[in-house]
Amino acid sequence: MNGLSSVFNLLAYIAAAVFVLGFLNKVVLYFKTPSPLKIPTTPAPKTSMGVVVRLIPEVLFFRSLLKGGITEKILWLGGWVFHVCFLLIVLRHLRFFTYPVPECIMFFQQIGIWAGLVFPLALLILIVRRFLNDRLATITLFADYFVLGLIIAIGSTGLLLKYFARTNLVDVKAFILGLLTLSPVQLPDSPMFLIHFSLVLILLVYFPFSKLMHAWGILISPTRAQVDNPREVRHVTPWA
Amino acid sequence: MADFKVPELTGEIITPKVTLGATSGIKPFPANAELMGKVGFPAEKSADWKVKFLAKMGDILKKYKSVRVFLDICVRCGACTDKCHYYLSTGDPRNMPVYRQELMRSVYRKYFTTSGKLFGGLAAARELSDELLEEWITYFYQCSECRRCSVFCPYGIDTAEITMAAREILDSIGIGSKYNLAIINKAETIGNNLGMPGPALRNTLDFVEEEIQEKTGVDVKLPLDVEGADILLVTPSADFFAEPHIFSLEGYAKVFHQAGVSWTLSSHASEGGNFGMFIGNYNHMKTINKRIWDAARDLKVKRVIAGECGHAWRVLYSFSNTLNGPFDFLDPNYNVPQHICDYTLDLVKKGAIKLDKTANDDFSVTFHDSCNVARASRIGNEPGGQFTIPRELINAACNKFVDMAEETIGERTFCCGGGGGVLTDELIEVRVKGAMPRMQALKRVKDSNGVNFFALICAICKAQFTKIFPYYGIEMEEVGGIHQLVGNAIVLGAKEGV
Ligand code: HEM
Ligand code: SF4
Ligand code: SF4
Ligand code: SF4
Repeated sequence: MNGLSSVFNLLAYIAAAVFVLGFLNKVVLYFKTPSPLKIPTTPAPKTSMGVVVRLIPEVLFFRSLLKGGITEKILWLGGWVFHVCFLLIVLRHLRFFTYPVPECIMFFQQIGIWAGLVFPLALLILIVRRFLNDRLATITLFADYFVLGLIIAIGSTGLLLKYFARTNLVDVKAFILGLLTLSPVQLPDSPMFLIHFSLVLILLVYFPFSKLMHAWGILISPTRAQVDNPREVRHVTPWA
Repeated sequence: MADFKVPELTGEIITPKVTLGATSGIKPFPANAELMGKVGFPAEKSADWKVKFLAKMGDILKKYKSVRVFLDICVRCGACTDKCHYYLSTGDPRNMPVYRQELMRSVYRKYFTTSGKLFGGLAAARELSDELLEEWITYFYQCSECRRCSVFCPYGIDTAEITMAAREILDSIGIGSKYNLAIINKAETIGNNLGMPGPALRNTLDFVEEEIQEKTGVDVKLPLDVEGADILLVTPSADFFAEPHIFSLEGYAKVFHQAGVSWTLSSHASEGGNFGMFIGNYNHMKTINKRIWDAARDLKVKRVIAGECGHAWRVLYSFSNTLNGPFDFLDPNYNVPQHICDYTLDLVKKGAIKLDKTANDDFSVTFHDSCNVARASRIGNEPGGQFTIPRELINAACNKFVDMAEETIGERTFCCGGGGGVLTDELIEVRVKGAMPRMQALKRVKDSNGVNFFALICAICKAQFTKIFPYYGIEMEEVGGIHQLVGNAIVLGAKEGV
C-alpha cells in the first residue's frame, strides 16, 4: 500500500468517526436539553401515535412547505426532488458496501442513475432561487452556498466517474470493503475518484456541526413533536 | 393623525421588497432602575454586561430545547420570510422571522459553536457590541410572538421562542421594557395589570350590574370573592373597564345568570393575563399564574373558566399545569380550566340558555382567530376546536356570519399586530402597520358582505383594534367580543323546561 492510500484510509476513518460521534453528540445534547413548557404548534395531536402521524408527511413530503405560496412551491420542488435523489443515490451506492449485494439494493441501480442525473438540476434550482429572490438573497449566508456547492461537486464528480473518467469499480469496491472490514487496501488508481471521495469526507465532517442537523431536528422539534395534552398530563422538567 | 404612512386598504396582501432599516428607529421605552429592581432584574446595564449576557444565553441553551434546536437546524430556506405581518407591512428584513432569529443565531455561532469560534465572519458569527444590542432591543420588540412563522417552517421553528429568550437575556443585563415590566409588577403586587385594587373592582362590578339592570330590567349579579361558588371566572382586567371588553363581561354574567349557576370573580386573581410569558420569564409567569391557582383553592370553587383573552388562555391551558401543578381539587368532570366559549356553547347545545339571533340582525359578523388561541392552545376536546367552537357560538348568536379569506384564518391567522408585549404607544407605528394583513382581509369581507362587527376573543386584540381601526378609517365600535354578541342575544328571564 502506498503512502497516499494510507493517508486516505486514515482520513476516511477520522471522517467516519467525526460524523458518527458528532451526530450522536448532538442527538444526546438535544435529548438532554429539556422542554420546560408544552409548546406544540396547534392544532396538534392528542396522543403520541398522533404525533407520529403528524410527522410522517412532514418528513416524507415536507408538508409544511406546501402551506406556503409560490416561492415555497418552487423550493418544495427543488428541495423534495433533491432529497429523494440524494436518498436514491445513497441506496445505489450501497452496492459498494455489501458483499454479496442484496437483491433490494440491485433494485436501486437503474433508478439511482436517473436520480444522479436529476440531482444537479434540483440543486441548481435551490442555488438560483437564493440569488433571484431579494428576501432569500438577504438571508443567505456563505455556509448555504457552501453546502449546496459541495453537494453539487459530489454529484458531478460522481457523474464524471460514471460517464467520462471511468474507474475500475472492482478496485473501488475492494477499497470500500477494505475500510469496512478494517483491513485497508490500496486506493483505486483514479484522481477523479480521489476528488469524489474527498468531497464526501468533507461532507461527513461538516454534517454534525452545521444546519444539516435538520435531518434529526425535524423529528424532535418541540413545536411538532409534542403531544397536545397539557391539561390532562402534567409536563414536568427537573429545572423548572 | 399619524406621522407615518398608514397602509392603504386595497384588500390585497402584497409581499414588499426588502427595505433595510425600515423600522430601525422604533423601540420600546426602557424600564427605569426602580422598576427593574422591583421585578428582580439588574437596575441597569453594567460594564461587564457581555459576561452576564453570555452566561444567561448559555443557561437558556441548557434549559430550552426549543432555543437550542431552532438555533442549530434552520436551513435558511426562506419559507418564513414573507409570513410575518411585520415584514409584510414594513419590508424591514429584520422582520423576516429567520432574519430576526439571525440576531441571536449570529451570537450563538460566535460564542457557542466551534465553527463560529474558528471561522468568525465567514461563519456569519457576530461579536457582542452596543450596536448589536440596539438591534436586539429594536427587533425583538417588533415580534408579537404570534407563531405564524412556525406554521410554515418545515421544522416548525417558532421565532416566538427566540424572541422570548432574547427578552429574557436583555432583562438579565438590565435592559427591560417599561410597558411589560410595569404590568408584571402591578399584576404581582396588586393582582391585575391595571393596578385596580379590590374595592375599586367592586365599584366597577356594581356599575356593570346597574348597566345590565337598566338595559334589560333583569337583576344580574357579578359576584366577587364568594367562597364556595361553583365557578371561578378569570378574565383579563381590561374586561372591567375598557370598551368593548366590558360588553363581553356583561355577556359572561348574563350567561351564568341564565344558566342559574353560582359563580364568582376573584380580587386576588382579578387578571387572566400573564405578561411573564411575553418576556420569556418562567418565574414571573409562575408567580402570576399562582394567584389563579390559589384563588381557586381558597374560594373552594369546583371549576375555573377563562374569559376572552388569547395569551391568558395559552398560559392557563398550556402552562398552568406545569407551572403550579394540577387543579386536582376541581371537579374532574369538566375541562379544567375551561374556555368560556366552550362553556357557553355547551349550554346553548343543551338548551340551558336560549339565544335570539335576531337581536344581532344589525350586524354582519366576521371572526378573527387570535394567535395564542389558534396556534398555541385548544378549546374543547378536539384538535381544531379553537376554530370551530367560537364560530359555532357566533352562528348561534347571529344570523349573518362570514369568514375572512382562508389563508388568513385558522392556523394561518394574521396577528392583530399588538400582541406579545408590544401594545404600547411608542410602538404605534409597527402596531398600525403590523395590522395591515389582517385589515386587508377584513376589507375584503367588508366589501363583499358588509361586515360591520369584528368578533374577537382576546383582550389585547380588542385593545389593539379599537386603537388602530380609526387609522384605517373604520369605526372602532365595530370591534367586539363574542360574548358581546351572546349578551345581546341571550334571552333572560323565566326559563322553559330547564
Ligand atoms: C442525510 C440527510 C439530509 C441531508 C444531507 C440534507 C441536506 C440538505 C441540504 C444541503 C439542504 C439545503 C438546501 C439549500 O440550501 O437550499 C437541505 C434543505 C432542506 N432539507 Fe434536508 N437533508 C437531509 C435530510 C432531510 C430530511 C430527513 C428532511 C425531512 C423533512 C429534510 C428537509 C429539508 C428541507 C425542507 C429543506 C429546505 C430546502 C432548502 O433549504 O432549499 N432534509 N437539506
Ligand atoms: S422556514 Fe424555518 S428553516 Fe426556513 S428559514 Fe424560516 S426558520 Fe429557517
Ligand atoms: S412570531 Fe409572529 S411576529 Fe414573531 S417573527 Fe414569527 S410571525 Fe413575526
Ligand atoms: S393580541 Fe391577539 S392577535 Fe395579537 S398576538 Fe395576541 S392573540 Fe394574537
